[in-house]
Amino acid sequence: MEISTAVFYLVAIITVGSAAMVAFSRNIIYSAFSLLGAFGGVAGIYVFLGADFVAAVQLLIYVGGILVLVLFAVMLTHRITDVQITNRAAGRLPALIVTGVFLYLLVEAVRGTSWVKAKEVVYKATTGTIGDLFLESYLLPFELASLVLLAALIGAVVISRKEIKE
Amino acid sequence: MFSPSDLSSYLIIGAILFVLGLFTVLTRRNAISVLMGVELILNSANINYVAFSHFSSGNSDGQIYAIFVIMLAAAEAAVGLAIVLAIFQIFHTIDVEAAETLKE
Repeated sequence: MEISTAVFYLVAIITVGSAAMVAFSRNIIYSAFSLLGAFGGVAGIYVFLGADFVAAVQLLIYVGGILVLVLFAVMLTHRITDVQITNRAAGRLPALIVTGVFLYLLVEAVRGTSWVKAKEVVYKATTGTIGDLFLESYLLPFELASLVLLAALIGAVVISRKEIKE
Repeated sequence: MFSPSDLSSYLIIGAILFVLGLFTVLTRRNAISVLMGVELILNSANINYVAFSHFSSGNSDGQIYAIFVIMLAAAEAAVGLAIVLAIFQIFHTIDVEAAETLKE
């Protein structure tokens, strides 16, 4: 087996295993820390897909930002870690059956379809291309994204501040 | 069949991640766990975007969409967790069913 194939298997196993830990762990702290493996594994998959910039963004924003936020929220609401995590919206068995059937259908659809192939698969640095696209054809969505981020920042501050009642 | 140079192996990893995220959202009443499941689902969609961009289209548009999804996920996590903390201050629990009346 080639070394790259072995590494690919390792990354895939880390990703899927960590995601399974998130889904099945009974302790929310374990779930939150397993997210680290899932996000890091997805970044590794992006590297295999030749998307170096997206992999770096994934590490910076998911691992460096969202994961820290989630851990922050878990620690600030620590009393829920003891018992309530076993409370369920739907039972585990019905959920397992529904998602199992769904996974079977998805995998069958993936394997049964003949996907369009590009003429050649190229591996080259993507940062310059992405920068050009952001400032040319995707300029309006790019500006809208900055507005959305500003609104989200102000919204988060407004929602989470202590309300002063007169 | 399951190799790094095959599109369907990436799609299957994405499908597994999506299903695990869906399972998390379905079985948890803890609001933070539900948000974790949503993050897994967004990651699986991103894998599909980047995989199709790499194997099928030959240009970088899919990666642009993946970056937009990551950006929206960050905004969603910030606002969602702020709401969770506000719910915790009012109800002293983050069970999503406690907040279903939307009032104290």
